[in-house]
Amino acid sequence: MCRIGSIKSLDPVPPSQALRLMIPQQEGHDNSGFAMVMKDLDGAFRHYKNYPLLSMACTTRGVGLVNEYMEQHGFVQVGQWVPDVNRQPGLRIEAMPRYVFRNYDYPEIYRYRTQAEREDLLLDTRLELRKLLEETNDGFVYSFWPDVLTLKEIGDPADIATYFRLWDADSRLSARNIVVQCRQNTNYDIVRYAAHPFFLQGFTLCANGENTFFTKNKEFQKSLFRGYIGFESDSQTFLYSLHYVLHELKWPIRYFKHVITPLPFAELEARPDNAVLKLIRESLAHLEINGPNTIIGMLPDSTMITCCDSKKLRPVVMARTERMVAIASEVCGVNEIMPDRDTSKDIYPGERELIEIRNDLEIVRWKQ
Amino acid sequence: MEAVNTQDISVNDLPWKIEYKPEQCTLCGSCVAACTFAAIHVDVQRRDVPVSSGTSPEPKAQHLARPVIVQTADLAHSCCGCGMCEKICPNQAIRPVRNPDNRATLLKRHTGPIKRGGRTNLNSQRTLDSIIVGRISQMTDPALDSERHTFDLRAPLGRVVEAKKLPLAVEGDNLIVQEKMPPVRWIYPMIFSDMSIGALSPRAWEALALAVTYLNEKCGLPVRMSSGEGGVPQKLMESDHFKYFILQIASGHFGWNRIVRALPRMKTDPAAVLIKIGQGAKPGDGGLLPAAKVRTHIQALRGVPKATLHSPPNHQGLYSIEESVQKMHLSLNAAFGFRVPVAIKCAASATSVSVYNNLLRDPYRICGGFFLDGIQGGTGAANEVSLDHTGHPIVSKLRECYQAAVAQGLQGQIPLWCGGGIGMTGNAAADAFKMICLGANGVIVGKMLIQLLGCIGNEQGRCNRCNTDKCPTGICTQDPRLMKRLDVDKGAQSVVDYVLAFDEELRKLMAPVGNSSLPVGRSDALVSTDKAVADKLGIQYAC
Repeated sequence: MCRIGSIKSLDPVPPSQALRLMIPQQEGHDNSGFAMVMKDLDGAFRHYKNYPLLSMACTTRGVGLVNEYMEQHGFVQVGQWVPDVNRQPGLRIEAMPRYVFRNYDYPEIYRYRTQAEREDLLLDTRLELRKLLEETNDGFVYSFWPDVLTLKEIGDPADIATYFRLWDADSRLSARNIVVQCRQNTNYDIVRYAAHPFFLQGFTLCANGENTFFTKNKEFQKSLFRGYIGFESDSQTFLYSLHYVLHELKWPIRYFKHVITPLPFAELEARPDNAVLKLIRESLAHLEINGPNTIIGMLPDSTMITCCDSKKLRPVVMARTERMVAIASEVCGVNEIMPDRDTSKDIYPGERELIEIRNDLEIVRWKQ
Repeated sequence: MEAVNTQDISVNDLPWKIEYKPEQCTLCGSCVAACTFAAIHVDVQRRDVPVSSGTSPEPKAQHLARPVIVQTADLAHSCCGCGMCEKICPNQAIRPVRNPDNRATLLKRHTGPIKRGGRTNLNSQRTLDSIIVGRISQMTDPALDSERHTFDLRAPLGRVVEAKKLPLAVEGDNLIVQEKMPPVRWIYPMIFSDMSIGALSPRAWEALALAVTYLNEKCGLPVRMSSGEGGVPQKLMESDHFKYFILQIASGHFGWNRIVRALPRMKTDPAAVLIKIGQGAKPGDGGLLPAAKVRTHIQALRGVPKATLHSPPNHQGLYSIEESVQKMHLSLNAAFGFRVPVAIKCAASATSVSVYNNLLRDPYRICGGFFLDGIQGGTGAANEVSLDHTGHPIVSKLRECYQAAVAQGLQGQIPLWCGGGIGMTGNAAADAFKMICLGANGVIVGKMLIQLLGCIGNEQGRCNRCNTDKCPTGICTQDPRLMKRLDVDKGAQSVVDYVLAFDEELRKLMAPVGNSSLPVGRSDALVSTDKAVADKLGIQYAC
């Protein structure tokens, strides 16, 4: 079982806060990696919010390939944060030679293009870069999106944090939203792309569990949208379903739960909105998930969501204080970062609800 | 001393020989009365018998004329191994025994092509038996509990529209349906398949109809039954239970005159309409109801004179698939006000994928289901050459159709219902589960149902006399005396019991793979112990 977590805060928080959320949950699991997506960045990226941020890990040659591609396609680099890595001996980390976090300005011809066209450009560019680096095995591109940073690495999470100096409170790296996970793939090959959180066009998602409808989901999603690729992990399908429901179909958020865990027919038929629910179940039967799962997702507007499978076979808890909301697989994680909170306000989402956490920390519980 | 005449037919030329034990026979005559094929008769033979007539035993050999039961040495009255003689004999004095050295297949063509019922007797290979449900939930995810968890065993019948084309509008946090959509019924993933009144006796048909109604009304299982093309009883068409039935129309249009006239009096819509293009047992060969079976009640139901009823091999008014969609689908949809799904049934064939592609790409989005019937499907009457030598195995063809839909992102839009040998070995739940994992939405069963009613026919040439109107079990006959052999209530109960067990067994297969709804297309749940099968179907090979 993976442990997943997220923090949404009115004030920027450093990655160490996310590590403190995750490390108490590590009992009994292999601590094989660290991965996080940060959104609404502060610190080094505070002044570059509108400039797409490229997050990647690669070889030196990979940097050259990317530089050449970006230049050819009219992207202009406007900012960069190079982690001052700590190469102290004994750290359990399989580090890549180079970590690139760069802000680019859009190509000149995109100056007056629509937001949708810009979003397509960013996706296509990320996919091209990924392909480019995969051809020569020169690295990994995780995200290319304004105000979003992704860091993933294989090794012990605490050591990875030491390597990137994430324990230091130097405020160079902080964000109001962090989605985090501390484990590499255990079911399939250990590939950096297989480590969640996954990212696509502003949507971020991590999942704890086993999607037993992976094959069905994958076969269906492959033809739905060009960005639904990879499938190195069965959890990626959740991200793609979330993206499809909200970005492609433009349905209200509460229908995501109806897509992935539709109501049984007996319940569905008794509902006043059964006509809509039946159509969704019919048309998106191949996006249904089965098996034990918990999901934490983050939307392009930074709203966070969490929900479970239809039988609640995986745990999740949401806790809050005045200025922060945290979600974690296990309560010991939130106890670490929010020891003084009112625990009676903790929410353990049911199998038939979807929790939405808005940017002002308002919490909406959508009953399915 | 008689000379041997080589051309004479002897019992040894026939597929079954009667084993008779005169010492156990009481000459009650039940076996002769029970044999509908006149394959045995009473005769008198001169026998060498020890006789003792005095007050003390003094046996002496005498030649006496004794009544005996003997087999008729005649191709027209050959024993078919049905075993009714054995069933009725109080003393176990008689039984049929298979004769491996028979010459019947060769000799029976003296009256033209051999006709019979049943399944193919040549292609009884069982691809499904080399497939195992091999992906069991262990430590990575918990198996479900088939007794405790809820399962959603429902399959669609009707045209499903892709999500992007749904007429949904956002109003606040809700979606609202703005237009009428094609009807889709969510039904039990097993349909009782297309056996007409005519092929079946009215009592056998009634037993199945009773079972279906009971399963719906008392057991909560929305099983549907296809009428077959032979009309539907007037009373049923005017009853509330009509909604459990699928009306079939084939190339003969038998019974449709009366169905159309009953439209104004129907209280409820039928579950669906099924256009039969072809049948797995005899693809390219039309339906056949021999004159012997066209008795008065069949003439009344179908509106025909007493004659052999041939359905043409194809629909005479249709010469292309586009026409089929435009003419038949549209007119049948229109007949029921676009409230009833209209599906199509084809024999599995090398061309099935092309047909499915055409239907999937049809701009009217009007085909509500693709029923695919494999070579191991049964029939009431066909030319043996069609039964044994034409058709296509269903498993790989289903998979190819599903994969073709996957390649285009169209899976699920036209539900795939497959049959042809489902439950052939008695294990329909396992067969159905595997077919579903390979991409079927549900399965259709036919032959298995009449076997539950008491049919003793099998794929080793036993009985297979559905075409003769002499069905010894009263199932495939219109002879009122023979029909009485079938107890309608007991037959229905046997079918209900089987479906209830099927339902439990299906859960027993879904629980270990951790699925609470049908794993349509979940090929990763299967492994095959046959490398060729695994490669062909795109599933894991295991050994």
